[in-house]
Amino acid sequence: MSIWFVPRDAAARSMGADAVASALAARGEKVIRNGSRGMLWMEPLVERADDRHGPRVGWSNVTAGQIDAGIPDEQSDNFIGAVEEVEYLAKQNRWIYERVGITDPVDPEDYLAHGGLTGLKNALAMSGSDVVQAVTDSGLRGRGGAGFPAGIKWRTVADQPPAPHAGESQNAPAHKYICVNADEGDSGTFADRMLMEGDPFCLLEGMTIAAHAVSADRGLVYLRSEYPDAIATLQSAIWIAREQGWLGDNILGSDLCFDVEIRVGAGSYVCGEETAMLESLEGRRGMVRAKPPLPAIKGLFGTPTVINNVLTIASVPSILARGAEAYAALGQNRSLGTQVFQLAGNIARGGIVETAFGISAKELIEDFGGGTRSGRPLRAVQIGGPLGAYLTPEKLDVAMEYEALIAAGGMIGHGGVVLFDDSVNMAEQARFAMDFCVEESCGKCTPCRIGAVRGLETIDKIRAGKDVEANTELLRDLCDLMTQGSLCAMGGLTPNPVLSALNEFPEDFASPVIVTG
Amino acid sequence: MSHARYPEWHAESAEALIAPIVANEPGPVLLCLQAVQAHFGYVPGDAVAMIAEACNVTRADVHGVFTFYGDLRDTAPPAVPVRLCAAEACQAVGGRELKAEWAKACGDDADLAALTGVDEPIFCLGNCALGPAALVDGELMGCADVARLKAAVTQAQSVGEGA
Repeated sequence: MSIWFVPRDAAARSMGADAVASALAARGEKVIRNGSRGMLWMEPLVERADDRHGPRVGWSNVTAGQIDAGIPDEQSDNFIGAVEEVEYLAKQNRWIYERVGITDPVDPEDYLAHGGLTGLKNALAMSGSDVVQAVTDSGLRGRGGAGFPAGIKWRTVADQPPAPHAGESQNAPAHKYICVNADEGDSGTFADRMLMEGDPFCLLEGMTIAAHAVSADRGLVYLRSEYPDAIATLQSAIWIAREQGWLGDNILGSDLCFDVEIRVGAGSYVCGEETAMLESLEGRRGMVRAKPPLPAIKGLFGTPTVINNVLTIASVPSILARGAEAYAALGQNRSLGTQVFQLAGNIARGGIVETAFGISAKELIEDFGGGTRSGRPLRAVQIGGPLGAYLTPEKLDVAMEYEALIAAGGMIGHGGVVLFDDSVNMAEQARFAMDFCVEESCGKCTPCRIGAVRGLETIDKIRAGKDVEANTELLRDLCDLMTQGSLCAMGGLTPNPVLSALNEFPEDFASPVIVTG
Repeated sequence: MSHARYPEWHAESAEALIAPIVANEPGPVLLCLQAVQAHFGYVPGDAVAMIAEACNVTRADVHGVFTFYGDLRDTAPPAVPVRLCAAEACQAVGGRELKAEWAKACGDDADLAALTGVDEPIFCLGNCALGPAALVDGELMGCADVARLKAAVTQAQSVGEGA
C-alpha cells in the first residue's frame, strides 16, 4: 500500500496542508507528516512512495478539493514526477538539511534510519578537545550573521572552568551553558524555523555534541514566540529525546549529562542580539550588554556560555558524521561549507537552497528563484535581513560568502534574499528601516535610541521636499554616527538599508510626496 | 466581550502559577509574566505587584520588563486576533496594501473590528516565500488576502463558539 507524505511545516500548513492530510486520511490512505522539502511555491507538496524509505513522486499545490475528487495520479496536471529529480532540489548540496522533508520530524526511528546520531556517536568516541578541533578544522563560522569561527568560540568556553550562577556562593553548583539563538527575526529568513520543524533532533544532537566538546551541562533554545509550530515540534522532540536517552544523564551510555529546555521570546527583534538574548533569558528587559566580558567567559547567569545560531549548531552533526575535511572542501576563501539560503519576497520559486558558499546571487535569484513572482522587472534585492543593504540587479554577480558580500557593500546575515520588483519605492523602504529601528531599539545607547527617531523624521522631510540638500547631508551624518557609535548591530547596521537606498535609488527620494499620517 | 478560552483573573490561581517558577528558575520575572498571560490572556496590574513581591524585586523592575516586550499586554485580547506581517519580504508582495485593505474592511464593519482587534505590527512570521503572511487566532496564513482573512476569522469564531 502506498504511503503519502504531507508536510507539517508551518509554511505548508499556511497553504492548507492540514486539510489535504485529513482528506487523504478520510479516503483511508496512510499519511505521514514530514517536514517541507523547502520548495515553498509548491506547497502543499504531497508525495507518494511504495514503502517508507522508497523513492517518491510528488504533486504540487494540492488542495483538499483535489483529493476529495480523486486520488492524484501521474495524469494529474500538478504531477511533478520524482521529487528528488526536480532541478531545484537536485542541484543542492544538503548537509544541515539532509533529512528535512524526508523524515517524520518527531520519529526517532526515522531519524536513526537516515543517519541521525552518527555525528554524536563519533564525537563521544573523541575527547572534547578533539571535537573542538574538528569544528575548528571544518571552518564553520557563525550563521547568525557575524561569522565568528565556531571552533574558536568553543575553545574559549572549553578552557573556562564551570561557574556558579552570579550572586550565588562559590560552593553552589557550577555550570556551563549551550544557548541556541533561535530568535530568527530577520524578514526573509525561515531556515531556523524549518530546521526546528523539519528535523528538530538534528538541533538537539548538535547541542549535545557542543556540550561534550566544552563540558557544558545545560542547554537552552531561545525561540521566538512568532514560531508556535517550531516551539511545539521542538518541545515534542525534547521529550522524545529524553525517553530515548539522547538527552539527560549518561547520554548513549557515556559520562555526558546534558539536558535542553526551550525559552520562548516575547516579541522583541533586538533579543536576537546575543547579549540582549542573555538579558532576556535572565528574565530582564532585552537590553544589549557592553562587551567585554565575552559571553564565552561570562555569559548566561555569569557562567561560560556557547551562543550559536540554530544553523551553526545544526551544521555540527553532519560535520562530525562526514568529516571536517569534507566540509572544509566546500565553499571558498574563508567561507567554508554550506549555507542555507532563503529565497523570499517577490520571487517565483521561493524556498530553501542549501549549497556551498560562493554561488552567485544571480544564480540563486534566477536559476533557483526564477525571478520575480509578479513577472515585473527586478528592481532591488535585500540580502541579510532588515539590516542588510539593498543591491541593484547590476550587482548580483557577487559571490554569496561573508567577505565578498561585505566588499560589495552588503552582508550575508542569516542568508535571507528578498526580491522587490519595480513597483517598490525605495525611499519608503529607507523610511521603514529607520521606523523598524525606532520600534525595536532596546534604548541602551544614544545613537540608536535617538538616531532612529531623528533619522525617520529627516527622511520624511526629504520626501516632503523640505531643504532636501541640507537634510540629505544631515541624514548621511546621522547614519555615520549610528554606524560608528552604536553598541550593537541594531543601530550600527540600520544605516545599511537607508544609505544603499539613498545611494542606489536617489530618484525615489527626489520627487516630493505628500506625507500623510 | 467574553473570553471563553481564558479564565477571569483569579489571584490564588496566579500565585499557584508563579510559585514554582520563582522556586526553580534563576531569572523568573519574564517567565512569570509569560505564564500569567498564557493563562489569563493578559497581564492585569495586580499581577505585576504579585510577581514583584514573589521575585523580591520592585514593581518598577517588573513593569520595566512588562513594557519592553511587544507580546505582553495589559488588556484582554480580542476574540480572534488578526495580525499581518509588516516586514520587508511581505512588503515586496503587497503587504502594505493588504494592511490598508484590512484596515478599511475593519473600518466598514464594526463587528469585525471588535472581533479581531487592532492589527498591531508584527515583524516577520517566517513565511517569507509565501507572503503576505498573517496570523489569524495564532494560525499562520500564506498568500493572505481580505477574503481569505475574513473566511479564517469566521472559521476560528465558529470553532471558538463550539468549544
